[in-house]
Amino acid sequence: MRNPIGPLEFTRRGWVRLWLLAVFVFLYAPIVILVAFSFNQSRRNIVWTGFTTDWYGRALNNASLIEAFTNSIMIALISTVLSVILGGLLALGLYRFRFPGKPVLDGVAALPIVIPEICLGVALLVFYARAGWPTGLPWPLNLSQVIIGHVVFSFPFVAVVVRARMEGFDRSLEEASKDLGASEWQTFWNVTLPYMKTGLIAGALLAMTLSLDDFVITFFTSGPETITFPVKIYSMVRQSVTPEVNAASTILILFTVLLTVIALKFQKPSEGVG
Amino acid sequence: MENWRRQPWVFATFIGPGTLWLFLFFLLPLGWIWLFAVGEREGPVDIVVTWTLENYREALQPVYLQLFLKTFLIALVSTAICLVVAFPVALAICFAPDRYKNVLLLLVILPFWTNMLIRTYAMIAMLRQNGFVNDGIGLLWTALKYLLTPVGLDGLMGERFAPLPLLYNNTAVVLGIVYVYLPFMVLPLYANLEKLDRSLIEASLDLGASQVRTFFEIIVRLAKPGIVSGIILVFIPALGTFLISDLLGGPDSQLIGNVVERQFRAANNLPLGSALSFLLLYLTFIALALRAWFAARAEKADA
Repeated sequence: MRNPIGPLEFTRRGWVRLWLLAVFVFLYAPIVILVAFSFNQSRRNIVWTGFTTDWYGRALNNASLIEAFTNSIMIALISTVLSVILGGLLALGLYRFRFPGKPVLDGVAALPIVIPEICLGVALLVFYARAGWPTGLPWPLNLSQVIIGHVVFSFPFVAVVVRARMEGFDRSLEEASKDLGASEWQTFWNVTLPYMKTGLIAGALLAMTLSLDDFVITFFTSGPETITFPVKIYSMVRQSVTPEVNAASTILILFTVLLTVIALKFQKPSEGVG
Repeated sequence: MENWRRQPWVFATFIGPGTLWLFLFFLLPLGWIWLFAVGEREGPVDIVVTWTLENYREALQPVYLQLFLKTFLIALVSTAICLVVAFPVALAICFAPDRYKNVLLLLVILPFWTNMLIRTYAMIAMLRQNGFVNDGIGLLWTALKYLLTPVGLDGLMGERFAPLPLLYNNTAVVLGIVYVYLPFMVLPLYANLEKLDRSLIEASLDLGASQVRTFFEIIVRLAKPGIVSGIILVFIPALGTFLISDLLGGPDSQLIGNVVERQFRAANNLPLGSALSFLLLYLTFIALALRAWFAARAEKADA
């Protein structure tokens, strides 16, 4: 015999379980079906006619798709590095110093996180066009417009994550280091930075995912030669919905899931899951 | 914390780069379109700032006001559905045995890490005329017809199953927003419920309140900060939706985001587009101010 359901054991109640099941079906069924139909033989993408991996071959032979993928990776890497540097420094500065205008800077730094993406997108579109931003530069310099946009909305996230990490930092460690004769730089490199490391890694993975995922900002800042993977998939969806789109999407899903797994692995030893 | 004057150079190294970046690539571009919103077109490309309010007046014409109202309503309905769907989920995860908790949380977070465009695209395959939802309903329809025929009631159901128009309308947009932003609602609710003092719930139940009453008067009340956070996290992106309404909506489900995009690209009416996007920004600020006001009031009630 099982124990009777306790008053607080909501998860054991039938209707709650049904609710959970329904929500997870709602969340996962579309993605599962999308992945399944990337292996479907029929071009029409509706009826299952047999298993094939042809669409993956096609997607991998699609030069413009590969180009978009390379752009996405390059943009994600550079914008992650820049976001970690800018966000880490800003977080440390806000953590360490008292200065006039601090609440203003705090507020402005949070703005890119909260304002609708489309507002930032059109603002950057106008800015690049009117400021005479150089175009036609060789790759990867021509990606600068997209990269700058990604850094604008990624580095405030990094700053938030790093600052949360710094809350637990014992500043007397820094003072001890300086008392023992270390310079400002040595103290930063040997004492502060090692403590920040988990925050920086978490921030970096967040920035990377945000950059790989972004559609709206990229849509407004990219030119014909600087299209990213999501923007390319968007134009494919607008033209016609073929299993090739599903195959390309599946590759991107795999990529982000892989990043997530790495992120969880990194967090586990020091902080536990979540 | 130390005063910045003690080490101005260290201070500048920390604060400088981020502040500069924010100024150059965030405030400056936004300021630019803020000025465009009070400017006039002169010739095909040039825009002169004349401090006119004509663009805002045009943006407040009934046709755009209706658009704002519709965007607002769609965002509101989507947020409400998210809240109702997410609350039991957050509660269940919170009170789940520890060994399932992380798995359940991961299941909620994982779709959030899947590209938004791909999730929207996945919805198309579900909802279109020959999509899976219609196929499923069609199967049920056929089964029901088969069951009703011997009783002679099949005449009630019509000759053939007509697929429901699920895609390219406002319902599809709402469904898309709920699908994409549901994790944003579950997570703050969960974070809030997790901190909640369970003995209060037990006390309420012990003192004879029913589960329903305890839910509304204890759990929901204590979860208010989480509810407000979740509403803001879903409502603001829903207001600025552009991709979801573009791919799932029909001709009558254009939202403010789509119109802004059109002014900046196809229509090339930058002043009007700027005025519309700033109205959207002001709406966002009002929502954020409301949240701050709620938070301040809650704090006062606690004190």
